[in-house]
Amino acid sequence: MLPLWLLPALPVITALLVILLPAKHTKFVSLAGTILQMMAVALLTVSFAEQRREGNSSLFLFDEKIEWFSSWNASLHFGVDGISVAMILLTSLVVTAGILVSWNIEKQGKEFFILLLLLASGAYGFFISLDLFTLFCFLEIAVIPKFMLIGIWGSGNKNYSANKLALMLMAGSALILVGILFMYYQMPIGKRSFDFVTILSNPLPLQSQLILFPLVFVGFGIFTAIFPFHTWVPDGHSSAPTAGSMFLAGISMKLGGYGCLRVATTLMPEAAQHYSIVIVILAAIAIVYGAFATMMQTDLKYINAYSSISHCGFVLLGIGMLTKSGINGAVFQMVSHGLMTALFFAVIGMMYARTHTRKVSEMGGLLKTIPFISAAMFIAGLCSLGLPGLSGFPAEMTVFMGGWERPETIYRVVTVLACMSIVITAVYILRAIGSTVMGPVKNREFEELPKAMWNEKLAAVILIAGIVIMGVLPFVLYKLVNPATQEIIKQMATG
Amino acid sequence: MNTPGLYHILFISTALFFIGVYGFFTRRNLITILMSIELILNSVCLNFIAFNKYVWPEKLDGVFFTLFIIAIAAAEAALAIAIIINLYRSHNTIDVNAAEEMKY
Amino acid sequence: MPELILILLIPIMPFAAFLLLGLANGNFIKRWAGAIGTGAILVSAGAALLTAYDYFFVYGGSGGAYRKILVTEYEWLQFTPEISIKMGLLLDPVAVMMMVVISFISLMVHSYSICYLKGEQRFNIYFSYLGLFTFSMLALVMSSNIFQMYIFWELVGVSSFLLIGFYYQKPSAVAAAKKAFIITRFADLGLLIGILILAFEAKSLDFEAIIGQFGHGKSASVSTSSAWLGISTISWAMLLVFIGGAGKSAMFPLHVWLPDAMEGPTPVSALIHAATMVVAGVFLVARLFPVYYFSAPEILNLIAYVGVFSALIAAIIACTQTDIKRVLAYSTMSQIGFMMFSLGVSGFGEEGLGFTASQFHLFTHAFFKALLFLCAGLVIHEVHSNEVSKMGGLRKSMPLTHISFLIACLAIAGIPPFAGFFSKEEILLAAWERNKPVYWIALFTSALTAFYMFRLYFLIFRNSNKHLHQPEHREGSAGQMVPLFVLAAGSVVLGLIPFGRFVSSDGRPLATELHLVFSIAPVLLAILGVSTAAWLYNAPGNRPQEVSQRLGNLYKAAYHKFYIDEVWLFLTKKVIMNGIGKPAAWFDKNVVNALVNFSGNSTIGLASKIKKLQSGKVQLYGMVYLFTVIASVLIIIFFINRN
Repeated sequence: MLPLWLLPALPVITALLVILLPAKHTKFVSLAGTILQMMAVALLTVSFAEQRREGNSSLFLFDEKIEWFSSWNASLHFGVDGISVAMILLTSLVVTAGILVSWNIEKQGKEFFILLLLLASGAYGFFISLDLFTLFCFLEIAVIPKFMLIGIWGSGNKNYSANKLALMLMAGSALILVGILFMYYQMPIGKRSFDFVTILSNPLPLQSQLILFPLVFVGFGIFTAIFPFHTWVPDGHSSAPTAGSMFLAGISMKLGGYGCLRVATTLMPEAAQHYSIVIVILAAIAIVYGAFATMMQTDLKYINAYSSISHCGFVLLGIGMLTKSGINGAVFQMVSHGLMTALFFAVIGMMYARTHTRKVSEMGGLLKTIPFISAAMFIAGLCSLGLPGLSGFPAEMTVFMGGWERPETIYRVVTVLACMSIVITAVYILRAIGSTVMGPVKNREFEELPKAMWNEKLAAVILIAGIVIMGVLPFVLYKLVNPATQEIIKQMATG
Repeated sequence: MNTPGLYHILFISTALFFIGVYGFFTRRNLITILMSIELILNSVCLNFIAFNKYVWPEKLDGVFFTLFIIAIAAAEAALAIAIIINLYRSHNTIDVNAAEEMKY
Repeated sequence: MPELILILLIPIMPFAAFLLLGLANGNFIKRWAGAIGTGAILVSAGAALLTAYDYFFVYGGSGGAYRKILVTEYEWLQFTPEISIKMGLLLDPVAVMMMVVISFISLMVHSYSICYLKGEQRFNIYFSYLGLFTFSMLALVMSSNIFQMYIFWELVGVSSFLLIGFYYQKPSAVAAAKKAFIITRFADLGLLIGILILAFEAKSLDFEAIIGQFGHGKSASVSTSSAWLGISTISWAMLLVFIGGAGKSAMFPLHVWLPDAMEGPTPVSALIHAATMVVAGVFLVARLFPVYYFSAPEILNLIAYVGVFSALIAAIIACTQTDIKRVLAYSTMSQIGFMMFSLGVSGFGEEGLGFTASQFHLFTHAFFKALLFLCAGLVIHEVHSNEVSKMGGLRKSMPLTHISFLIACLAIAGIPPFAGFFSKEEILLAAWERNKPVYWIALFTSALTAFYMFRLYFLIFRNSNKHLHQPEHREGSAGQMVPLFVLAAGSVVLGLIPFGRFVSSDGRPLATELHLVFSIAPVLLAILGVSTAAWLYNAPGNRPQEVSQRLGNLYKAAYHKFYIDEVWLFLTKKVIMNGIGKPAAWFDKNVVNALVNFSGNSTIGLASKIKKLQSGKVQLYGMVYLFTVIASVLIIIFFINRN
């Protein structure tokens, strides 16, 4: 097995190579780097499954610890469980697709690819970190390049969006930082540590959990568009370049969900139980309200961004339910939403490159002229509305089941509300698809459009493959994620 | 006449200091401002010397510091004049109010 | 014992066809798509017939009853140790019967479509969608787990969406496809919540377990354990499940999508919107029938009334419509209403005539309704219009089609000895025995059925004096005519099958016999309906207009489909879009986002106030510095002195 630190290091090495080599090699070096990453991730997944099959039941596999800030007792502590592996798989797919989609970027290609690679590095590092301090550092690495991606390569009201996104996410980071430091200083002198496992075995007193949990949860919640801190999502996504939107929705929003689960909920189980009702209510609001707000949008990117708010609500709903199925469902939904929304943004980018519009009302009948891209849009849409056979279905259903598992009336009401979104989702997805891909060709210029290029096809196929595999064989992901979830539930019961 | 005591010298140096400060705040010509700064520096030097002589006559720290200050003042004057010349080249004036681009 | 391979072949073949035709894009595939698809279905249908034979005559029966056989099962997704989605294959009489019907009708439609869609650009895609539909529908009826059924339930929904919107450049087709999907989706919400409740009440998602827990005489006490609004939890669950079924089966008031769904290609209407998918709701209720009967009798009663009301209302609307396919769609809705209320009035076991009759009617209806649609497809190709006013006297130019259509009309009207007569008699008998009001409405509706079907018949094939067009290709090709004949033959003879021997509510053979005396009233009424149609539409002059004028508002309301579409439109456009969607979007933009912007702007505003201090005047900075130093020195001195 390769050492885990290789995962965040690979993109950085690739980025260094990109800097050193002349600009004409940029794309190929990046692609080669991403393929290497994919292979490393595949290797990681296989050996993870192997170890688990052999009965290695320790909480985190491939544990490694490198001294870093020894005076603060902060170290580069890496390790993965099933949930992290799932997120890493998602990241590798989205990163590869994102690199492929940006193949023909014209302006400052070198810088663009470097930033993408940095983002990837941050995401990988975040998902493998078992030290809160390191985790926070990687979180920041994954945020800052986005500001530049939007500000430089964005479109529309890009300065506003870039600022808004960066500031809101930074506010979230600030809350997280405060939370982490608070946690650190809560421990007795001499035992102070940022280490996840240490904190896990010495749980915080309830009183401080109750203060800390909202800080950390809302901090990570901002990343995953918790109501009412979701407004960066529509603006940020719509202004970002295609690959930027893909990374943003496919990976960054997952950082939040993962953090809510790993840091907030696992480390502070009692507070999580205490605040569970608030979380699920906020999540249900995000789900239903996001879906209704989506219905009124006319720009494809806004549609997908608002629907992301709604879909990420499921992640929070699942976490808030604190049942095994709920948390499983939250992880499924993170993976599913990451793939699906990345595909959606990729397709929107491809369409925009050809039609130069993102307005639903100006397109029409694209199935005739660009059948491949339209078919990919169809699949993304159907996945979004939870069609069985695609990844959205098992994810949403697991969340619903997890929600219904709670016998209290309020949880059931919330679950039913969340279920309602399947109808609303169908309405807005079909509206979007019906008037872009189907219908008569509205603009005569759209009669002849360039067909999909190899890189676009490959990107779409990678994401679709992920969606279909997860949709048809959800038990694979289940077997990966479930043991980790059970540990969390066990923690909850004993903690 | 008595030899001047510490207080006399301190009085002079304080006067010198505030004359310098006054010059610094009111003059518009950069050369004059530079001269005002020199006055301030000199008042400090005077203080060092005076305290050295009247309070710690057996030590030489004050004298050393004064020598340092003189050296630094010389360097500073060279720097300042270089800046002033550059300012004159770019703005055609050495009025301090002309150089106010570095603002909000 | 059942052969796994053979049974697996039934759903796998259409699925393979779907993948092959959908993904491959070569010219060969494009040209031979029809043949490939039909071949796959042929294998599937053959396997289905073999399986049916084996099930009914070799291994299915034991101890005088047909048992449920779980052929195979695989855990697909686990929620809790007890509750998990399993992918299984369950054989029982109803499933086997459905399997045969689906694969057989699908085969007919495939064969018919080869010629019907010749020259279509997306020929292979069409057959791919058909394969997807057939696969999902077959898997739906063979599901062993209610969630598995839900999965394929959604899949048939989406294949229906894809096929209705097959002519995707036609705005009306796109609108119809969306409408169908969204309305059924809305109903599926009910089904989903019903499943959630059921899962945690029964601690399982398997049909076997659910029925085992709630589907026997002793379960009544179990189900009343907790109640809400005076109805037990299990009844709520079953009500919600029924809503799902009602959406798919176009029961009032969720039926509005069905007539619009006729925008799809006509063979699709025959397969999906007449013979198979729309009866999925009936199948669902039949599958859970023991639970309904024993644990939720009040819901079963509701089903009876919803069914009969839908049957009546659809029949009335069908009398006034002028689009041939819409008339057929309303007739489908009406016939499904028959099946529904027949289930609703049925008893269990010995008294389960309604159950058997319902399934029997489902069986025969599939044949004659598919036949009607296929004939209608030929007629539409001939005259290039859906409007009956553009048709007339086609008897001469299309004699074979005419005969087939006539047979189907006689069958649906319930004229002996055609298939529809037998199944409808059973339904009426079941209603007569158990629920008189339903019987009277049903009797009236069946007379109306005869009337509107023959209205259609006379308008299209007789009434030659308004011969408006020049016939072009007369009959269809062999690939189209053979299915017509096969279905016509089925519509004639299938009524003679002793259906109760095979399909009944508890698996035990049920003796069904014809009461000739009882049959007099319905048959006479049917003949009355036919002759009224003949008197009105097979005669010169404008009797129809006079009658419709005399009926006044009733006619107008029926012609406008009782304004149900408008109600839906009001609900979606006005209430949901303008009432909820717009405020939500407004709130997001003007409240939530505004708060974020406000916090940003207020920071900027404060900063711009402060930034004036940064004036660029060196002397000013110096002054500030000096006074700050002096002030701090003074403060420090002050504090030091104070201590």
